[in-house]
Amino acid sequence: MKRFLALLKKEYLHIFRDMRTLMILFGMPIVQILIFGYVIKNEVKDVDIAVLDYAHDEYSIELRSKIQASGYLNIVDELQSSEQIHDAFKRAKVSEVIVFPNDLANDLQKDNQPAIQLILDATDPNYAQLIGQYTEAILLDYAVEMSAITPQQESIKLENRMVFNEELESSFMFVPGTMAFILMLLSALMSSITIAREKETGSMEVLLVSSLKPLQVVLGKVMPYVILAFVNAVSVILVGNIVFGVPIEGSVILLMLVSVLFVITSLALGIMISTIADKQFTAMMMSMLILMLPTMLLSGFIFPIENMPEVLQWLSCIIPARWYLEIIKSIMLKGAGIAFIWQQVLILTGMFIVTIAISVKNYKLRLE
Amino acid sequence: MSEIRIHNLSKSFGKISAVRDVSLEIHSAELFGLIGPDGAGKSTLIRLMTTLLLPDTGEIKMGNLDVVDDYKQLRHMIGYMPGKFSLYHDLSVEENLTFFATVFGSSIEENYDLVKDIYRQIEPFKKRRAGNLSGGMKQKLALSCALIHKPTFLILDEPTTGVDAVSRVEFWDMLDNLKAQGITIFVSTPYMDEAMRCERVALMQDGSIMAVDNPGDIPQRFPGKLYAIGADEMYQLKMYLQDSELVESVSLFGQSLHVVPKNGVSVQQMKSECRHKGFKNLTCKSIKPVIEDVFIELMSKQKKEQDAGR
Repeated sequence: MKRFLALLKKEYLHIFRDMRTLMILFGMPIVQILIFGYVIKNEVKDVDIAVLDYAHDEYSIELRSKIQASGYLNIVDELQSSEQIHDAFKRAKVSEVIVFPNDLANDLQKDNQPAIQLILDATDPNYAQLIGQYTEAILLDYAVEMSAITPQQESIKLENRMVFNEELESSFMFVPGTMAFILMLLSALMSSITIAREKETGSMEVLLVSSLKPLQVVLGKVMPYVILAFVNAVSVILVGNIVFGVPIEGSVILLMLVSVLFVITSLALGIMISTIADKQFTAMMMSMLILMLPTMLLSGFIFPIENMPEVLQWLSCIIPARWYLEIIKSIMLKGAGIAFIWQQVLILTGMFIVTIAISVKNYKLRLE
Repeated sequence: MSEIRIHNLSKSFGKISAVRDVSLEIHSAELFGLIGPDGAGKSTLIRLMTTLLLPDTGEIKMGNLDVVDDYKQLRHMIGYMPGKFSLYHDLSVEENLTFFATVFGSSIEENYDLVKDIYRQIEPFKKRRAGNLSGGMKQKLALSCALIHKPTFLILDEPTTGVDAVSRVEFWDMLDNLKAQGITIFVSTPYMDEAMRCERVALMQDGSIMAVDNPGDIPQRFPGKLYAIGADEMYQLKMYLQDSELVESVSLFGQSLHVVPKNGVSVQQMKSECRHKGFKNLTCKSIKPVIEDVFIELMSKQKKEQDAGR
């Protein structure tokens, strides 16, 4: 035990003597979450658009004020002819042009379908689609209002309600995502590097010859990172909550417990990498390639899993972050308890047991 | 019981055989040197002795413990300083020593006597980070760390590589002191001059031990006569002698060439041939071989045998 404590103390000194790394460890999560928070935007707000109004009648003017009043779109330009449309897009001033036809009033009164044209800048296709949908919604809304005034026939009216994230805030997506990413990065990358460093500098040889058990060496090396990762998890949640208003509907204790489970799973992965890699650089590249990228791309953090090709969907099942994300989203946004997430928790636990078993089996008592 | 017996030991990595059929006996409280060029297999032999590698065939007994079967017990008794061991650079001198003392189940106070001669020299810098020490001080600290748990066997892999001449002498003085305390010391080194500080040395080349003897007696193994020849243009002289039919071997030693003439070739004959070729200021005298000559001779003999074998 005394030996183990000495190892812990040494690791603590390593971490705290290296101010640069420490700043990165604590600073990066905050910076990353702020960057993600302000950069990744899936919601539509104050989008600059232009109108080309051939009608110029009461309806078109009413529609325009309705659009303006929605807060989603902002009419900044009025075009005079269709030739100007492409020019407006090219100057990148607007993302959408709405064309009102000449006989708008007629169409509306006769209950013909009014042919309003939406022209969208599809250099960012997802965003364009989103803007289109918002505009459509506003226009349909108006059409329904009109038919209510001059009732002719009942039509099916859809009313959407987005639950658990009523405002469609994208921060609700990326705060859990960033948490998964940061915890994975810190735990797996740092622990694989710290063990590989001992191998690279040759001190592992001495530690092996010492009477410390290999398990003690590994535990002593990764334990401080559990604590670091935990501190980071808390800070990410706090920033998410205070700056971006991400709620924690469920139990905070449950959230912390599953986070610890995810951290030790990531650490086990890091240890597994370090049993293979004997250079810091190799360890880093391996962590990046087999852990970081899949966590970013396949966990559902950035791209929805349902939209992936089937092969990648299968692949995403072996990414621990995928399950962790499902768990924390349920807890933070839906307020789910253990009854709803036990399957994912079980999968993560299984992953932890398998990786730690492989690492212990691979861990060498000797150099070869 | 602190002697080391190595018996028919072999170890290969894939196709490369790093240690070939090595047998050695190292006595209790002996200062034993393993001399050989880089890549001779010294580090592999040492890692086999320190239980870090498993032998393919053969066995090593350290005292009455086997390096394979009893590695756990043995690891408590070995003080090991690996070749590239550089301590923890971001820890201070004192922290390094305390750390190694603790993980080896001891404390600085407990075995202070053993390391005090060495540690006293670096104690003024005990608050300094190990990374900021000079090469010689680093080695002294590393030696202190290897010694702090009072090992029965002290095994050092090229401890003086990259250390200045004065520190090297000091380092060997320390090993003498430790030997006097009954510790069996096994040191590898690429430096021939350090061989003289050992009680016995083994010459290693290409994984095999070529000779074991006390360093004073090794030169007597030199077959034939040895001459030191000098001239103005040394390099051309060496090239000429290498290709000529007169000599067995030529090697450059500082300011002169060490030359072994072929059987039946006299000194006068060599001299006149060289003069005939136009070499000026020719000097030639018979010299006593040193350990390095024996080593080079053994190496070239082994090489010739290998070439003939192919």
